[in-house]
Amino acid sequence: MKKLLTTFTACALSLGAATVSFAWEPKKPVEFVIMAGQGGGADKMARLMQTVIEKHDFASKPFVPVNKPGGSGAEALVHMKSKTGDDHTVMVTLNSFYTTPMRQSGLGIDTQTFTPVGRMAEDTFLLWVHSESGITNIDEFVEAAKAKGSDWIMAGTGKGQEDQLLTNFLNQAYGLTMKYVPFKGGGRVAKELAGKHANSTVNNPSEQLGFYEAGDTRAIAAFTPERLELFPDAPTFNELGKDFVYFMQRSVVGAPGMSDEAQAYYSEVFRKVYDSEEWQQYMKKKSLRGEFISGDDLKAYWQREAGVHHTMLKEIGEI
Amino acid sequence: MITERKAELAMAVAMACFSIYLMLKSAELPIGWIPDEGPGGGAFPFWLASGMLICCVLIILRWLRGISPLSRSYKPYLSATALRLVLISGGSLGIMVALIHFIGVYGAIPLFMIFYMRVLGDHSWWVTLVIGISTPILTFLFFELALTITLPKGYTEPLFYPIYDLFY
Amino acid sequence: MDVIGLLIDGFLVALTPLNLGLVIFGCALGLFIGAMPGLGSVNGVAILLPMTFLVPPTSAIIFLAAIYYGDMYGGAISSIMLGIPGASTAVATTFDGRPLALKGLADQALVGAAVASFVGGTISVVLFTLFAPPLAEVALAFGAPEEFALMMLAFATFIGLGGDEIPKTLFSIFIGLVLSAVGLDIISGEPRLIFGDLPSFFHGINFLVLAIGIYGIGEMLWTIESNSGKIDLTRATVSFSRILDSMKKLSSSVKSVFLGSFLGYFVGILPAAGATPGSLMAYGVAKAISKEPETFGKGNLEGVAAPEAANNAASTGSMLPMLTLGIPGSPTTAVLLGGMVIWGLKPGPMLFVESQEFVWGLIASLYVANIFALVINVMFIPLFLWVLRIPFSILAPIIFVLCIVGGYAPTQTMHDIWLMFGFGVVGYLMRKLNYPMAPAVLAIVLGPLAETSMRQSLLISQGSFGVCFNRPIAGVIMVIAIAMFLVPVMNSIRKRLRPDTP
Repeated sequence: MKKLLTTFTACALSLGAATVSFAWEPKKPVEFVIMAGQGGGADKMARLMQTVIEKHDFASKPFVPVNKPGGSGAEALVHMKSKTGDDHTVMVTLNSFYTTPMRQSGLGIDTQTFTPVGRMAEDTFLLWVHSESGITNIDEFVEAAKAKGSDWIMAGTGKGQEDQLLTNFLNQAYGLTMKYVPFKGGGRVAKELAGKHANSTVNNPSEQLGFYEAGDTRAIAAFTPERLELFPDAPTFNELGKDFVYFMQRSVVGAPGMSDEAQAYYSEVFRKVYDSEEWQQYMKKKSLRGEFISGDDLKAYWQREAGVHHTMLKEIGEI
Repeated sequence: MITERKAELAMAVAMACFSIYLMLKSAELPIGWIPDEGPGGGAFPFWLASGMLICCVLIILRWLRGISPLSRSYKPYLSATALRLVLISGGSLGIMVALIHFIGVYGAIPLFMIFYMRVLGDHSWWVTLVIGISTPILTFLFFELALTITLPKGYTEPLFYPIYDLFY
Repeated sequence: MDVIGLLIDGFLVALTPLNLGLVIFGCALGLFIGAMPGLGSVNGVAILLPMTFLVPPTSAIIFLAAIYYGDMYGGAISSIMLGIPGASTAVATTFDGRPLALKGLADQALVGAAVASFVGGTISVVLFTLFAPPLAEVALAFGAPEEFALMMLAFATFIGLGGDEIPKTLFSIFIGLVLSAVGLDIISGEPRLIFGDLPSFFHGINFLVLAIGIYGIGEMLWTIESNSGKIDLTRATVSFSRILDSMKKLSSSVKSVFLGSFLGYFVGILPAAGATPGSLMAYGVAKAISKEPETFGKGNLEGVAAPEAANNAASTGSMLPMLTLGIPGSPTTAVLLGGMVIWGLKPGPMLFVESQEFVWGLIASLYVANIFALVINVMFIPLFLWVLRIPFSILAPIIFVLCIVGGYAPTQTMHDIWLMFGFGVVGYLMRKLNYPMAPAVLAIVLGPLAETSMRQSLLISQGSFGVCFNRPIAGVIMVIAIAMFLVPVMNSIRKRLRPDTP
C-alpha cells in the first residue's frame, strides 16, 4: 500500500518544511466522473490518467474515479450540472457529450456551460471486416453488402451514437441498407466480428487491434484525414472520394461555473498527463491522435463538433 | 387490528396498482412488434408488468376463494411488540439516512449506533461509546484512506480538509 | 509436453518472493473486501489498479488476480454469516448457507464453502492450463442467440427456487425482470422507466441495491421482529476435529462439487455471462441430482458447496476470454483488462504468443493463489465465528451501517441508499406474506442479459425466433432449457393423474 507509506513521509515532510504554495490547490479528493461504464474505452483512459497522476504526483489530492454510465452519459451530465460552481469535480467525456443533450432535450443540459479543462486525444475509427470474408477494399465491401441487403449485420455500440452515425454515413454514401445491431461495449462488438456473428464494424483501433494482429480481421478504410501509421493499407474516405472524417474526443471537463483558478490548475495537471511518457506511448500504440487543447480553444472545438453532430443526428431522424 | 388475512389482500391490491403503473410507464416506449426488428423498447417491461398484474389477480382470486393459507389466517400481521421494534429499528435507520444529507456519514453513524445500542440494546454507556465512536473511525480508515471511496459529508465537509491535508 | 515446460517457467515467475508476497497479501485483502456486503471484486480490483503501477505488469496482474480470487472466497462469508450476498455470484450460496448458520453450523458451511471453492478453482485452472486456446474458439462461437439460449437455461433452474405459492413466485420473477429494465434500453437508445424523472434511474437499478435492501435491511428487520431483538445468531465453535468432520460431510457432495466446477468454468468462459448464471445452474443441478432434494434451501451442505465451486471456477473461466480474446467475461475482468492495457500488454489472440512469461506466470499464480486463499480463509474462520458471537444488538447496527456504506460505494449516490431502504422495508413486508425474494434478486441480474440477447438475435434474424433453434449450439441449449421447464410440469401432471402414488 503505497498510499500509507507516502502518507507518512508526506506528513513528516509537511511538518518540516512549509508547503510550496500553488495559486490554487484542491482541498479534498477530486471526484473524477467517468461518463461510461467500467472496462470501456473511456474508462480505461480515465484510469490510465488517474494512474499517471498518482504515479508522478501531479496533484496534491487523489483523483477518485466514479463511473456514471447511465443513459448514454445523461446521468453523468445531470450530475455535473448539479455540481455547478464546484471546484472538485471533473469528468472524462466522449462524443455523447454532444449527442446525449441533443437526443434527450428534456434534461436541460447545455454543455457549452461546462468548464473546458483539456482535450487529451482524438480516437480514430476504421471500417472492419472478417479476413475470411475475402473483402479487401471498399468496392468489394459495397458489392457484398449490397448483395445481402438488410441481412448485412453492422455491429456497434449503442443507438444514436458514434458507430451508428458512421453506419448511416456508409449506408447513404454507398446506397446500402446494412442492419445496425447495438451491443454493449466496443470489445464485445469486436468479438462479434471475429466470431462471424456480424459482417462488419466501425471499431476504434484499440478495440480491434488484438484480432487484427492475429489476422482475424481486416481494416478496409479509415475515417481519418490521413492514413494511420498502424494501418497503412487502409485508405481514408477522403482518398476514396467521400469528403468525410470522424473522431471521438477524449476530453476532460469541469463542472459548470468552476472558478478560473481551479480551471487553470486542472488544465495544468492534465497537460502534464498528456506530456507524460505513459500517455504518449498509449496514444501511439492505440492509434490516437490530436494535440492537447484547453480553455477557449477547446470550447470552440466543442461548438464546431456539436454543430456537426446536430446535422448527423438530424439525418438519421434521432432528433 | 391488521390480520394476516387483511394484509394479504392489501399487499396484492397495492402490487396490482404498482403493476398497472409500471405498464403505463413502459408504454411510453413502443410495446408492439416492429417489423424486421422484433419487440419495441417498452415491450419487455410492459408484458412482464402485465404478468405481475395477472399474478396479483390470481393471488386475489385465491384469497376470495380461501385457497391460500394466509387468506384463512386471523393471526395479527404485526404484533404490538414486533411493530414497536421494527418501527424503532427501521425508523432510526431511515432517520440516519436522512441525516447523512446534512451532517454526513461521520455525523449520522455515531448518532445511530449510540441510539441503537443504548435504547434497544441496553448496553452500558462505556460499550456504547467505544463502539459508536470507533465504527466511523474504522470506516474512514478503510473506505477513504485505504480504498479512496469518498463518503458523503454534508455540511461537515470543511472539517475534513485538515485531515485530508494530513493524509495525502 | 510443451504446456508443462511453460507451466514450470510460470511457477518460477509466480514463486519469486515479490510475487508470492503479493499473492498472499492479495488473497487476504480480497477475502476481507469480498466479505463486506456491497464491496465486491469489481471495487477491490478497480480501486487497487493504480497501485499496481509500482511493480512489473506480471506482478501487478498476479496481485489483482489474487484479490479477485480472495474476493470469490470472501463473498461466501457474508452470504453465510449475515445472509447478505456481497455480490450477485454469491446469491445461490445464501440459499443453504444461511439456514446452516442459523442451525449453528456456520463453521461447517464456511469450511464447506472454502474447500469447494478450492476444488472449483483448481479444476478450472487445470482446464485453463490444458485447453485455453481451443476453448477460446468456443467463446468466439457464442453470439447473441447462443447467449439467449443460455439465459433460458438459467431461468429454467429458477423452477424450484420459489416458495409454495406459484403466483407469488412468478410475481417475484416478473418484478425482478421489470426492475431490471429500468435505465437505458440499449437497443433503441431510449431511456425507460425513469420514475419521477430522477436522473439516478438512468443507471438502472443496481443488483446490489436490491440485494442489500432485501437481504440486508429486510432480513435484519425480520430477524429483529422474529426474535424480539434478543438473539444470539449461532453458537458455532471451531476446532480441528470439527473441521475434519465438515470435510467428511463434504465428501458426500463430491459429485455436485465436480459438476459445479465444470459447469461454472464453461459458463464463465462465455463472454457477458459470468459467474452468476454459473453458480445458479450449479445449485439447480446439485438439487436435481440429489437424493434428498427437499432438504435444499433448509441447510444442505451440498447447496453451499456446488455454487461456491461454480463461482470460483467461473472466475477463472472468465479470465479466458479476457486473455485470449481481449473481451471481459465479467465486470471484474473488464477492469483487469483495462489494467493490462495500461501496463502496455495486448490482450487478445496474440497474447499467448507475445507475452508468454506474463500468461504463464499468471496461470501458475492462480494455482498458488488457490492454495493460499484456502489456507487464509480457513485460518480466519475462528475470527468470523467470533464475530457471530457479538450480541445481536451490537451486531445489528454495525450490519446496518455496513449496508448503507457498502450500498453507497459502487455508484456513490444517496439515491441508491434511499432505494435500498425502500426495497428493505417493502421486501420485509412482502416476505412476511410468504413472497419468495430470491427469484427477484436473480431476475434483476439475468434480465438485462436475456432481454438484450433476445432482441439482438431478433434484429439479426429480421424478427424470426427461428434463429435460436437453427444454429447448432443455440438449438441444443434451447432444447435442454425447454426440457427443464417441462420436467416439473410433467411431474405434477403425473402426480395428479395418480394421486395414490407418493
